[in-house]
Amino acid sequence: MTRNLFQRALRISFHSGFMLSLAALPVNVVHAQNAPVNARMEHGRYLAVAGDCLACHTAADGKPFAGGLDLKTPFGIITTSNITSDKETGIGNWTFQQFDDAVRHGKGPNGHLYPAMPYTAYSQITDADIADLWEYIRTLPPVNHKVESNKLPFPYNIRTLLVFWNLLFFKDAAFVPDNSKSAEINRGAYLVQSLGHCGTCHTPKNALGGDTKDTFQGASLQGWFAPDLTNNAHTGLGQWTADDIVTYLRSGTNRYTAASGPMTEAIVNSTQHLTDADLQAIAAYFKSLPPRTVSPPQPLPASNAQVTAGQRDFMVECSACHRSSGAGISNMIPDLRNNPAVKAQNPDSLLNIVLKGTEGPATLANPTGAAMPGFGWKLQDEQIANVLTYIRNSWGNAAPALSAADVSKARAAINAQPAVPR
Amino acid sequence: MHYKRPKADVVIVGLGWAGSTMAEELTRAGLNVVAIERGAWRDTSTSFPTTRNPDELSGSIRKDILQAPVTETYTVRNRPGETALPLRKYHNLTLGNNVGGAGTHWAGASWRWQSFDHQPYSRVMERYGAKQLVDGLILQDWGASYHDLEPFYDRFEKIAGTSGTAGVINGVKQPGGNPFEDSRTSPYPTPALERTRANILFSEATTRMGYSPFPVPSAMIGGPYTNALGINLAPCTYCGYCQLYGCGNWSKSSPNICILPVLMQRPNFTVVTESEVVRINTTADKKMATGVTFVDSDGNIGEQPADIVITATFTLDNTRLLLLSGISTPYDVNTGQGVVGRAFTFQTLSWAFMFFENEYLNPFMNTGALATQIDDFNGDNFDHTGLGFIGGAGIQSLCNQGLPIGMSGLVPEGSPRWGKGWKKAFQKSYQNYAQIQGQGTNFAHREQFMDLDPTYKDRFGQPLLRITYDYNENDRRSGRFIRDKCVEIAKEMGAREIKGVSLADDPYSGYTPWDSSHVQGGVVMGEDPRTSVQNRYQQNWDVPNLFVIGASSFPNNAGYNPTVAVGATTLWTAKAIKDLYLKNPGPLVRL
Repeated sequence: MTRNLFQRALRISFHSGFMLSLAALPVNVVHAQNAPVNARMEHGRYLAVAGDCLACHTAADGKPFAGGLDLKTPFGIITTSNITSDKETGIGNWTFQQFDDAVRHGKGPNGHLYPAMPYTAYSQITDADIADLWEYIRTLPPVNHKVESNKLPFPYNIRTLLVFWNLLFFKDAAFVPDNSKSAEINRGAYLVQSLGHCGTCHTPKNALGGDTKDTFQGASLQGWFAPDLTNNAHTGLGQWTADDIVTYLRSGTNRYTAASGPMTEAIVNSTQHLTDADLQAIAAYFKSLPPRTVSPPQPLPASNAQVTAGQRDFMVECSACHRSSGAGISNMIPDLRNNPAVKAQNPDSLLNIVLKGTEGPATLANPTGAAMPGFGWKLQDEQIANVLTYIRNSWGNAAPALSAADVSKARAAINAQPAVPR
Repeated sequence: MHYKRPKADVVIVGLGWAGSTMAEELTRAGLNVVAIERGAWRDTSTSFPTTRNPDELSGSIRKDILQAPVTETYTVRNRPGETALPLRKYHNLTLGNNVGGAGTHWAGASWRWQSFDHQPYSRVMERYGAKQLVDGLILQDWGASYHDLEPFYDRFEKIAGTSGTAGVINGVKQPGGNPFEDSRTSPYPTPALERTRANILFSEATTRMGYSPFPVPSAMIGGPYTNALGINLAPCTYCGYCQLYGCGNWSKSSPNICILPVLMQRPNFTVVTESEVVRINTTADKKMATGVTFVDSDGNIGEQPADIVITATFTLDNTRLLLLSGISTPYDVNTGQGVVGRAFTFQTLSWAFMFFENEYLNPFMNTGALATQIDDFNGDNFDHTGLGFIGGAGIQSLCNQGLPIGMSGLVPEGSPRWGKGWKKAFQKSYQNYAQIQGQGTNFAHREQFMDLDPTYKDRFGQPLLRITYDYNENDRRSGRFIRDKCVEIAKEMGAREIKGVSLADDPYSGYTPWDSSHVQGGVVMGEDPRTSVQNRYQQNWDVPNLFVIGASSFPNNAGYNPTVAVGATTLWTAKAIKDLYLKNPGPLVRL
């Protein structure tokens, strides 16, 4: 899922002529359209970046916006569509009304869209913004690329069933500002809830894939845990200032952490390109949210056998980069102390990062792109369980212990390398 | 198949330190730059992950990161009249084989050269006169002084994140730094590395002897640092896998870490990898360069036209490329005329190898350029009257090795060669072995030069470069002088068993253990077209849109490693291109 475009360009180069140039990068298309500039189209381009349309509507190594990316949902694979102006395989024949129906109301020419397309969020896009977005999307150069979007198994392949799903989980209503809050917070709320579709990953889902009421409280998807975005000081953004949030969305890093997993892609493709005012608004909105009301657990004692064993492996394998104090390096190597991602009840992201490593965010504001190497091949299940248990219960952290079985399960689920035999 | 790429503003041949530094400057100025690199793409985190990169067998022993001699090599002879033979095994010329060049695998000593090194002729004439020079020695100034280059040294250090302790800032001596260094405008970007036990013993001994020890400036980052391009660097972890390894920890300055992440984000930059430039193309009258011709990884022949051609290949290949392209006059050893291939220099190394009786030197905690040095006998920091030579060496306690395979041979002479006895000796020597290196100057000589080999050809059928080199009397005298100093210090450190060596006592060979890898010259910069290929801006005297950058421009070799001087001269030339050449294309120096 993580498709850092810079990294992808490099991979492409290994296969095709060894030319490495950003000029060949899809993301650049977003910046360097040569069509005559009109203000509404330019605004539409900005909205497309804010909505991160590119991320899903571009296959790995595919042409930008030509679709073909497989989204792995709990119900099966949904392949994203071609939204270029190609008349045969794209949306070149669409009217504005059809575009609006699809993006804001989840209705496509073949029936209902699957909510993998976040129309549940996009429904809140304003009339003016959806019109500008269309001004831009309709100019995307045509790419002839046929996509078979519905590969779901029965009964999920029956689009009509979505009528009921929509009845249950889709509120087809425009964004309503909260007049008791500042204009900035309302702007942030609009961006987060509509184009930003943050809840698509960060809001827990029910058994049928609909949003629960626990908005932004953290959710598991595709082998990652999208963390709690509320102001909970233990597992959420409680300790981050608004500036920490802005820095993170702008550069992919801040003094505490570095993005990993699918969030890296959201930052590289989308949030880093937002204006300062919009990022400040998003931050102000998140800081205005009430904390999730759960109290932190008690940490395991330092004498715990897993903690002791984990400390030894931490010193050997992790401390060189993360420092023996766990402090990491600002804007580069995450601080493991007081880190919401470390303390999350759900360890999916930690397991994913330790087992497979993660690409670093390479942004204009922080081009470094330092990555974490995978340790799956090197460390046994038990070692990884111990190291993570140690990290999650040291330096003021407190979170449930992990077992070797947890690691083994994750290793299989995310298809990580087996460890070399000891 | 032949093909032609779209014309670029600038083509840069080779994407090591010099090429990437230049590309960053010129793309930032808005030029469309295409770099052509012989090696493959390498990325810090994915190519050199800390989990598996520390592998002594593939790194130090099999030298996987280097370009193999079977791909490209040089022929060597000691003097004119001999038949040169190709270097067929890995040798002391450690060529990179990837984007980043040798800057990816270097050990990382990060020196500013001294005023003397940039103007050796003026300084020697002023202090001693011509009588100080041995027969045949060639000495000339660069045309750019330390004062000219200081802002560029400063900038390069801030790209590299160099660690160290400043000696002189704005004319004021600083405690703990090198009192002999020329004045700097700012301190080192990151603090000096931690010292090893051997460094401390060296420091104490040389202080007692009245010398001035200081930490060698290093590419190993001394603390968290955001460099001049906005890239974050992490502090060195002293893992000890530096020389012949890429650093996956973002802790060793390299083009891959310090420049490429920014460069690769620029739409006006392209790098063509795994493609070797075989010729610089010129107009028929050889007055202007028109681009380069390269062979790509499929064996197809490509042409890259450009308005400005910059070659930044491995030092020696800069000379070869000019010779293969018929640009400027080749040096003729018989007449002393001609310039391309002239003023080839190497370095003069001396050593004291020592064993202590009962120390715990813990060499496993080390890093590439982890050394404490005295400069009391470097360059012209001491009076050479009556010594019969010029130059000298930086004398340093060098702690850059602690890996088990490499250390296993370092047992005292007479130790058992195998079995229990050897194991016992190795156990003891691992904690008791130390070394002092004298990294010595080398000045050009009329019989030290490069030309095209008449016999041996490369895989494309082009002649190999032939090196004609041996130490001269100046080297032998300075080498012995420095060797004796190394031994005196080793004694003062309290070593039990000491062996002093001056490598210049034996004929030059590309295979000598413990030798330098710093070869230079051949396309030197200078003030006079009769003795230099390029003017003070590294601009070819004959072809004004051709700039050859790197240590090939240096007419003499210092008692210092060359990389930071390469960075400074590259930035100096970049500024000349941006501020002078682009406004008024043509010769920047008119005689």
